[in-house]
Amino acid sequence: MNLHGISAIYRYEMARTRRTLLQSVVSPVVSTSLYFVVFGSAIGSRIQEIGGVEYGAFIVPGLLMLTMMTQSLSNASFAIYFPKFIGTIFEMLSAPVSFFEIVIGYVGAATTKALILGAIILLTAWCFVPLRIEYPAVMVLFLVLTAITFSLFGFLIGIWADNFEKLQVIPLLVVTPMVFLGGSFYSIDMLPEFWQTVTLFNPVLYLISGFRWSFYGIADVNVWISLGAITLFLGLCLAGTWWIFKTGYKIKK
Amino acid sequence: MSDPIISIQGLTKTYASGFQALKAIDLDIREGEIFALLGPNGAGKTTLISIICGIVTPSGGSVTVGGYDILRDYRKTRSMIGLVPQELSTDTFETPLATCHYSRGLFGKPPNPAHIERTLKQLSLWDKRDGMIMMLSGGMKRRLLIAKALSHEPRVLFLDEPTAGVDVELRKDMWEIVRQLKADGVTIILTTHYIEEAEAMADRVGVISHGELILVEEKAALMQKMGKKRMLLDLAEPLAVIPDRFAGMGLELSADGTQLIYTYDTQAERTGITSLLSDLRDAGIRFRDLTTKQSSLEEIFVSLVQDGAAR
Repeated sequence: MNLHGISAIYRYEMARTRRTLLQSVVSPVVSTSLYFVVFGSAIGSRIQEIGGVEYGAFIVPGLLMLTMMTQSLSNASFAIYFPKFIGTIFEMLSAPVSFFEIVIGYVGAATTKALILGAIILLTAWCFVPLRIEYPAVMVLFLVLTAITFSLFGFLIGIWADNFEKLQVIPLLVVTPMVFLGGSFYSIDMLPEFWQTVTLFNPVLYLISGFRWSFYGIADVNVWISLGAITLFLGLCLAGTWWIFKTGYKIKK
Repeated sequence: MSDPIISIQGLTKTYASGFQALKAIDLDIREGEIFALLGPNGAGKTTLISIICGIVTPSGGSVTVGGYDILRDYRKTRSMIGLVPQELSTDTFETPLATCHYSRGLFGKPPNPAHIERTLKQLSLWDKRDGMIMMLSGGMKRRLLIAKALSHEPRVLFLDEPTAGVDVELRKDMWEIVRQLKADGVTIILTTHYIEEAEAMADRVGVISHGELILVEEKAALMQKMGKKRMLLDLAEPLAVIPDRFAGMGLELSADGTQLIYTYDTQAERTGITSLLSDLRDAGIRFRDLTTKQSSLEEIFVSLVQDGAAR
């Protein structure tokens, strides 16, 4: 195991975050906080409670998930895409590091960043809305699994993308709509029956539902199904990573 | 002779497109030598070194570095190798110091600030260590890539077109750096299409064309070939054939019979020019003009490449 190699990649990525603090930390925190201010304090008071939870507090888990998912995706995808784009990837390919060590370095850093962001956003939310966390251990578990899974997913997108458009298309046109339509801002009980069924095909619903359960003990689907869903998704991303490792897809000629 | 540091046997590469970039290459690189791999664009130079370094997967054959197989023992072989690519691919927003530390770590070596400092000083980059890489000139970036490649103390250094697009003065600097590295005991393999570069630096020269290694020779032996000169005699009257008395003297007649061509060795004790000229006078063959031409390494190279293409 090339621990120096993993550590070099990890530290390099964390240094990149420090260099771009405004873009990588401040900006997502500010934009998420705006939701708390608008929905929590301004509009939230006029919307009725959902499952006994104030609307401002109800949306916190969904918003946290939204930020974690999009940030993990964009961090990890950009991290591996950029060396490909500027050509510095040659060094990593010629170094005595295995593909899995490269993945650990990049995904580890993207996960760390997402968790730091998650913690900051959670603290910020506390300032604006009445928050309670009934099952903190489950909440942390969901947070960590989501950060790892979406960082891995982002890494795969970064490998697949061969231009900036492709890099953006999945986070913007697939993941963001899925998060918005996956019950971030509402409970699926509030939808007509037909749309409730449609929503059940949205995998993000299971993550948000389980995550919200860890806060308030209310969920759209059973929490075990939620845990199963995130584990399945993690498994799929790991399988994708393993496949790239075997075939050298888009990395090695 | 000691075991070669790199041994390539029957190495082939066919890309997914069906293009065969390498056709059964056999080559041994000796420890401590400077080996120049010459060839036109698209000949397979970069593919060959990319395979040895692990960037491209070989289709067949084997390569060992320091006795270890590049696929089975890739960690061992890659930690022995440093690669300076052709493109100036650098991390624009990083500093030279940070990027060298990163390279060392990536290659599995514990931090050694003293070594990085020595390397950056050797390449005249120490003063620039904390600036952004994007502020460096092209020549400095090239030197930085060398510094990065040396940061994990490799035994073998690959320089892919180290002086492509570099001005004359900088090219001389680069040659000096390469000589210093050789003096430090590093084995150097460089690819180039400048004959001059191979002539100035290499111990041995390999010529690659259309994926085939068509020649591997000591530079000194090539220089000897270069030592051949041709004397061209423009005849006053065309000849149909070379008279019998000149048979076996290495004399040729041009297709239109207006020129006699005599090839001789400038290094030889006797060139045979004086006696040839007096013999020609005796035979009544008069000439209007006389020129001599030295065949350059470039010409040898071109004729080799053309032969290779014709095969």
